[in-house]
Amino acid sequence: MWNWEYAIKILPEILKALKITISATFVAFVVALVVGLMLTLARRSNFKPLSLFAGGFVGFVRSTPLLVQLYFIFYVLPEYGLSLTPFVAGVIGLGLHYSTYLAEVYRGGIESIPPGQWEAAKALNFSTLNTWKKIILPQSIPPVIPVMGNYLITMFKETPILSAITLVEIMQTAKMLGSHSFRYLEAFTIVGVLFLVLSYSSSLMVRRLEVRLNLR
Amino acid sequence: MWFDILPSFWEGTKITIELTLFSAVIAFFLAFAAGFGRLSKFRAVRLLAATYVEVFRGTSLFVQLFWIYFALPLFGIMLPKMVAGVLALSLNAGAYGSEIVRSTLISVPKGQSEAAIALNMTPWQRTRLVILPQALVMMLPAFGNLIIELLKGTALVSLITLSDLTFVATVLNSSIMRPTEIFSVLLIIYFVISLPFTKGIQWIEHRLSAGRY
Repeated sequence: MWNWEYAIKILPEILKALKITISATFVAFVVALVVGLMLTLARRSNFKPLSLFAGGFVGFVRSTPLLVQLYFIFYVLPEYGLSLTPFVAGVIGLGLHYSTYLAEVYRGGIESIPPGQWEAAKALNFSTLNTWKKIILPQSIPPVIPVMGNYLITMFKETPILSAITLVEIMQTAKMLGSHSFRYLEAFTIVGVLFLVLSYSSSLMVRRLEVRLNLR
Repeated sequence: MWFDILPSFWEGTKITIELTLFSAVIAFFLAFAAGFGRLSKFRAVRLLAATYVEVFRGTSLFVQLFWIYFALPLFGIMLPKMVAGVLALSLNAGAYGSEIVRSTLISVPKGQSEAAIALNMTPWQRTRLVILPQALVMMLPAFGNLIIELLKGTALVSLITLSDLTFVATVLNSSIMRPTEIFSVLLIIYFVISLPFTKGIQWIEHRLSAGRY
């Protein structure tokens, strides 16, 4: 059954791997934020092939498993001379997958802008770039920040999948510890509790942020 | 060419679809039990349902699957791969589904249940005849999305060596080493399986929004 002595012995090693998990989460989140915005803008483009491509990409990525997408990036790209480290491949895969979710979040924010804002920008002779930069985006992003925060938490929870392409993050560390000692209970339970505590506490923070934003 | 590898995927496709359907049915019941549980008037029931939902939403399916398959045996509970897979998938999806159930139940306008009370309906009649029919329609698109998430989640069972689509593909790849074709075909198969659900959701959403604007 549960062995406290062993659990305490492996805890530092698991905590050390948490650093990789957290840095992978944040780098992937930045990828998702940037690509997500590009996808949203591409979908709204007047240039038909571009908007069709963006729409098709979002639909395809959203209905296929992240694990398979990671395999694709990690095993197929080297065939064409592009070998990626597990970290880079993982961050790209996770980031691209969630960029399609964030694209919807941006879209929601942009569509909630009253048409009068667009008309005013036009009346004041703003260029397309300035309309987006100075009027539309500054108003559409703040209200959706809590939703983005929730996706950050979701991505954090999904990082264990990166262990499938041999990235040594917290889950992979737990697997290795388990296979050395043939005791998976402690390692996997510690990982589960860590994820639960971190993601639950951050979701409470997001909820607080949401209340603050609504008050304003 | 790529189509010579297609037949090798057949058995895996069956397992993936089976896993999705079994888990979807169980998740559906769990979602209703936990969704109603969170709105129960008994504190203990509410607490139990909330704990279940937060634990399974607070960790990922990956961790849950590995815990069920590798850690439970130390308590003397050894589950076959298929059972462990269905259990993890349905518990996980059930937790997310309960949020759908809960949020749609509370979004039925209050006047509806007040009218039912005024008509002297019992609580059971009120739920069955007034609240549920309206809530169910609203739940449909969200449940459709949940099934797609469930389908995507099934790929993880390949990591506990259950021979689903993804597992078949990785084994095939290690023997014939043609990653481009194998993983492209794999992605396309998943996409095709999800297609009826995506189209169904679009159709329902279209029907539901008819006459709203």
